[in-house]
Amino acid sequence: MSVQPDHLVDISNLCFRYRDRDIFNNVNITVPRGKIVAIMGPSGSGKTTLLRLIGGLLLPDSGQIKVNDQDVHSLKKPQLCGLRRKMGLLFQSGALFSHLTVFENVAFPLKEHTDLPPQLLHDLVLMKLEAVGLRGAAQMMPGELSGGMARRVALARAMALDPELMMYDEPFTGQDPISMGVLLRLIKHLNRLLNLTSIVVSHDVEETCSIADYVYLMAHGSIIGEGKPQDLLASTQPQISQFMHGEADGAVPFHYPAKPYLEDLLDG
Amino acid sequence: MKKQYYQYVHISVGILMLLGLICFVFLAIKVSGMADFGQASHYSVSAEFSNIGGLKVRAPITVAGVKVGEVTKIELIPNTLNAQVTMSLYNDQPIPYEDASARILTEGLLGSNYISIVPGFDSSDPQHQFLREGDVITKTQEALVLENLIGQLVFNIKK
Amino acid sequence: MVNFFERLGSKTIGLLHASGQSGLFLLRILWQKPDFVRIWPVLSEQLYFVGVLSFLIVVVAGLFIGMVVGLQGYHTLQKFGAISQVGQLLALSITRELGPVLTALLFAGRAGSALTAEIGLMKATEQLASMDMMGVDPMRRIIYPRFWAGMIALPVLGLIFSMVAIYGGYWVTVQWLGVDPGSFWSNMQSAVDFRTDVLSGVIKSIVFAFLVIWVALYQGFECNPTAEGISQATTRTVVYGSLAVLGFDFLLTAMMIGGW
Repeated sequence: MSVQPDHLVDISNLCFRYRDRDIFNNVNITVPRGKIVAIMGPSGSGKTTLLRLIGGLLLPDSGQIKVNDQDVHSLKKPQLCGLRRKMGLLFQSGALFSHLTVFENVAFPLKEHTDLPPQLLHDLVLMKLEAVGLRGAAQMMPGELSGGMARRVALARAMALDPELMMYDEPFTGQDPISMGVLLRLIKHLNRLLNLTSIVVSHDVEETCSIADYVYLMAHGSIIGEGKPQDLLASTQPQISQFMHGEADGAVPFHYPAKPYLEDLLDG
Repeated sequence: MKKQYYQYVHISVGILMLLGLICFVFLAIKVSGMADFGQASHYSVSAEFSNIGGLKVRAPITVAGVKVGEVTKIELIPNTLNAQVTMSLYNDQPIPYEDASARILTEGLLGSNYISIVPGFDSSDPQHQFLREGDVITKTQEALVLENLIGQLVFNIKK
Repeated sequence: MVNFFERLGSKTIGLLHASGQSGLFLLRILWQKPDFVRIWPVLSEQLYFVGVLSFLIVVVAGLFIGMVVGLQGYHTLQKFGAISQVGQLLALSITRELGPVLTALLFAGRAGSALTAEIGLMKATEQLASMDMMGVDPMRRIIYPRFWAGMIALPVLGLIFSMVAIYGGYWVTVQWLGVDPGSFWSNMQSAVDFRTDVLSGVIKSIVFAFLVIWVALYQGFECNPTAEGISQATTRTVVYGSLAVLGFDFLLTAMMIGGW
């Protein structure tokens, strides 16, 4: 029996630049198996980019990302394909296929990767939809769904192949309180019930801290803080506390760099 | 509902392909007259002309105005510097060989050139009654060139 | 002054980059292993969108073009007393030039822009990325069937255009203007050669299909994933596709008139 590595995802010394900007500068992140890890930070800190790097959609400039002890970016296409089947990525917009019904959307990965008989496929899809509470919407088109419902369908689709790793890209952004509650419940329960490992990328402090086991706080391309949610909330470091408590001015200034006010007024 | 949609899709695509095929066949037969190629068997004869005028390959060959073949090749003979025209004639109608002659005529006034074969008489040689593969038509008349005609006319008028 | 050269240089590099990228894109499409059983449902659906839905515009355009060429041809040939040649004029201009070229231009405008917009939208809403993350190659699933659908549909549409146009011309010249139908068809048949005229038109159609589909799919795939980016990409498909068709039309005609 082989010993499974402790960390499902192991990111070491990651460097990534995009258009002359340092998105990641020597970032180190580990995601232990079975836990929910949150990656938080202000907008534009590259959180979504991180998920794409883990999934192999983008190539890092240097550093290594290992998933299940395999270096993602040195895999050949078929192996990468196999690895991706064990990952699920929930996009911020849901990214459902607009020309397929809800049912067909969830059935898509199953149809493409397995040879299941139609009846079994049908049952599996309904089970996934039941898990997110949308079995009744199976014949609707994505255009007819609300944002929250679309995300839940996308969640069902991302889970269709029973992945080991689930990644959520800003799942709470722009959601009404009820949908937010639903999603929170889904993420927490599915992680526990299906023995998943989850990475949640978000900047909703309260919601994320309520479900995360461990939090990484990122800004300007590097990690400015990490730890259990309650530890970060109690931290007195100016950068961390400004973000965690939502203060308007602090380590990150309110004013965008500009000329002195009086000078600008007198010039115009 | 989905089944119906897919059936509709497949049927309409099938109809499109069928229409394409019909158009192709139409263009082949009605437009380019490929039906003539149905006459699979034909034989080649040749003739020498001192001037072919505007005769082109694929120009029709007629006997009494009825198309019996096509010009397949036009070459210049190195020694005599005459034009040798190779013709492909259909097998269905035998043409008497002896004294057969070929003339180059013009369709209408401004039309293109074609070859008219005036069949010969009943032959004295029973073995070689009709034109066959490889024969050479010896009696030929060159094409009528408009400039020569006008030149002759002017010359005659001056006289 | 230096600024001008700088911009020229960067534009040139940009052009080279784009050509290289589009060439690689094309190779990725052509290099796929054909899998006819699995690809058939998607292919037939795409044939419907690309072919069947363009059918109406091709037929209507063909009809009008044929009628106009017939009318203009009659009018001009009348001065030479050569109206019996109008069938020949019509058939040759349609099968050799107007058929393939106009069908390709209409196709670029209707089907090409639709494809670019569809793929661009899929890119902007991250559908392509999510497909990638599910381990399904979007090139194989989305691009490849559309490529072959276009390659099949355009030549078929070109043939339909030619036939409809010739019949359009026939109605105008024979039924309306009184040209003798016998001489119409016989003159046409003697002047039109299957190989050099009809077949060369089909070959042109195939080349044009290749160009238009390539441009349409590439522009959609590599567009900026914003609303503005999609609209720019769609415009570019129509413009570049049309210019490519016209340019290659000249090249092909020059090659064919010479050799064939």
